[in-house]
Amino acid sequence: MRVDIFLLIILMAAAIWTVMTRSLLRSAIGLALSSVILAMLMYRLGAKLAAVVELSVCAGLIPVIFVSTISLTEPLTHKEVLQQMKQRLRRFYALPIMVIALGIILSLLRFPPPVTGISAEGIKDAPSVLWNLRQIDLLGQVVIILCGVFGVVILLKEEFKQ
Amino acid sequence: MPALFILIPLLSLMLLNLPFGLMRRLIYGWGILLCLAQFFSVIYLPLGLWGRDLGVLAPFFKLDLGVDNFTRLMLICIGIVSFTAIFLVRYLILEEGKRFNFLSLLFLALIGLNGVVLVEDIFSLYVFLEVVTVCSFIIIAFSRRPDALEGAFKYVILSGIGSMMLLAAIALIFIFSGSTNFIELSAAVKALPHNWLMNFALALFLSGLLIKSGMVPFHGWLADAYTAAGPVGSIFLAGIITKTVGIYALMRVVIAVFGFSAGLIQVLLFVGALSIVVGALLALAQDDFKRMLAYSSISQVGYILLGFGCGSAFGFIAACFHLFNHAIFKSLLFVNSAALEQSTGSRDMRSMGGLAQKMPFTGITSIIGALSAAGLPPLAGFWSKLLIILALWFSGHFLYAAIAVIASLLTLSYMLSMQRKVFFGELAIGMENIREARFGLLFPAILLALIIVLIGVSAPFWIKL
Repeated sequence: MRVDIFLLIILMAAAIWTVMTRSLLRSAIGLALSSVILAMLMYRLGAKLAAVVELSVCAGLIPVIFVSTISLTEPLTHKEVLQQMKQRLRRFYALPIMVIALGIILSLLRFPPPVTGISAEGIKDAPSVLWNLRQIDLLGQVVIILCGVFGVVILLKEEFKQ
Repeated sequence: MPALFILIPLLSLMLLNLPFGLMRRLIYGWGILLCLAQFFSVIYLPLGLWGRDLGVLAPFFKLDLGVDNFTRLMLICIGIVSFTAIFLVRYLILEEGKRFNFLSLLFLALIGLNGVVLVEDIFSLYVFLEVVTVCSFIIIAFSRRPDALEGAFKYVILSGIGSMMLLAAIALIFIFSGSTNFIELSAAVKALPHNWLMNFALALFLSGLLIKSGMVPFHGWLADAYTAAGPVGSIFLAGIITKTVGIYALMRVVIAVFGFSAGLIQVLLFVGALSIVVGALLALAQDDFKRMLAYSSISQVGYILLGFGCGSAFGFIAACFHLFNHAIFKSLLFVNSAALEQSTGSRDMRSMGGLAQKMPFTGITSIIGALSAAGLPPLAGFWSKLLIILALWFSGHFLYAAIAVIASLLTLSYMLSMQRKVFFGELAIGMENIREARFGLLFPAILLALIIVLIGVSAPFWIKL
C-alpha cells in the first residue's frame, strides 16, 4: 500500500512536470515517465497484461512518435522560451496546488465500499475476454485505427506531396 | 442481426479500399445503397427477424447489441442524413481522390453512429463515441483551410475533455457495480440510491455528453466547427453526429442506467431552457448563414433536452419526435446553405437578397425548413414542439413551458429575418447572373422538404394523446 501511494505521488509529480515544463521534448519524456510509473502500478494491482501494453505502447511507441514529430519542428529562441515559460507559469501556477488539495480532500473522504469480487487477477484469460466478451470493443478499436489511417491520408498525405 | 448494421459497412469499406480502379468507382453507388438499405430494413423488417443470429457467421462475431424502438428511430435518422450527405458528395467534392477519401470517412462515421445506437454496454458506447469523434475531427479539418483546422482543434480539445469525463465516470461506475452492461448497471444504481460517488459519476457523464452535444455553457466549439466544415461535413455534423453522440447517448444512459431523479430533472430542464434561449439570441445576431444555423442547432437541441427533462414517457416521446424532426429540417437547411454557397460563392446574408426569383426551389424548400424549425403548423416541427410544451405543462413545469413558447417566437424571428435577407425583397447588386442550384443539390432538399410536409400533414391522424 505504501509503495502504491509513493508511486502515485511520483506519477502526479511526473504528470505535473509534463504539463509545466518549457520544452516539448521534456514534456514527451515526462509523459513516458508517467506511463512507466502507471505500468508499475498496474502490475502491482495485478493487471499484468494492461501493464505490458501500457509500457510498450504508451511509454515506448507514443513518446517515440512525439519525439520524431518534435524533431521536425523549428525550436524556439531562448527569449521566446523564457516568454512562453512565464505565460505558462502564470496560467498553470494553480495546477499543483489544486492537485495536492484534491488529493488531501479525497484522502479524507469516506468512500462507499466497492463491489466485491472485481480484481484484475480474477480475469485469468485476458485474450478470451478480449476476443469473446469484449469483441464489440475490439471491433470499435479496429474502426478507430482505420479512422486514424484515413485521417493521415486525408490531412497529411496531400500536404507531404506538395 | 443488428450486427449487420456495423459489419456490412465495415467489410464493404475494406473491400472498396482494395487497390482496384473499379472499387473506387463503386463506392458512391454502394454508399447510397447502404443508406437506403438501412432506412428500408429498419422500417420494413419484421420485429421477429431482429433477434436472429448471424447464421454461419455467428461463431465468429459475438457482438452484444440490442434494438428497441428508440434505436430504430435513430437508425432511420442516420440512414436519411447519411443518404443526403453521401448523395451530395458527388456534386460538392469534385476531385475524385478527395471524394473517395471523404466517402470512406463517411462510411467509418456511419459504422460509429450505428455502433453508438446499437450497443448495450457503457464502455462499448464510449468506444463508438470515440469512433464518431475521430471521424468528426477529420470531417471538420477536411478542407485544411486555417479556419477548418482551428474549428477542428477546438473540437478536439473540448471533445477530449468530454471523453476524459466519460472515461472517469465509467471507471467510477465500474468500481461500484462490477459491470458495464446497461441492465446490470441499472440494478447496481438502484441498489445504491444515495451513493454520492455514483451521483458524481452521473454528473461527470452528463457534463461529458453535454460538451459533445455543444449545449450551453459548453457550446464554444460548435459554431466554429459547423461553419468551418465543408458543406457535406456540416450536414453530417449538424444533422446527425452531435445528436447521436451527445443527446442520444445522454437519453439512453439516463433511461437505461441512472433513471430520473428530481435533481437530474432540474438540471436537464435548466440546461435545455438555457440552450434554447442563448442559442436563439446568438442566432439572431449572425450574418453568416451557416453560423446562424449552427446557433439555431443549439437552440433546437435545447428543446429536445427540455422534452426529455420532463422525466415522463410523454416528454420522452416528444423529445424523440423533435430529435427526428430536427435531423430532417436542419439537414435541409444545411443543404440549402450548400446550394446558396455554390451559387453565390458567399455565406454572408448581408450581400444577398431577392434570391427567390433566381433560386425558386432552394427558396421554397428553405422556407419549409425554416418554418418547421420555428414550429409553424402544419409542418412537422410544429407537432413536436407542441408535444414538448404539452409534456412540460402536464408534468407541472409551467415556467419552462412558457420559456419554450417565447423562445419559439425568437426562432421564428431569426428564421424570418434570414428569409427576408436572403430570398425576399429586391435582387441584390451582383446577383443578376445567379442561377438555381444543380439538380444534385435540389433533389435531397426536395426530398427532405417532402418528409417535413408529409409528417406534418399526417401527424394529426396518428398522434394520440
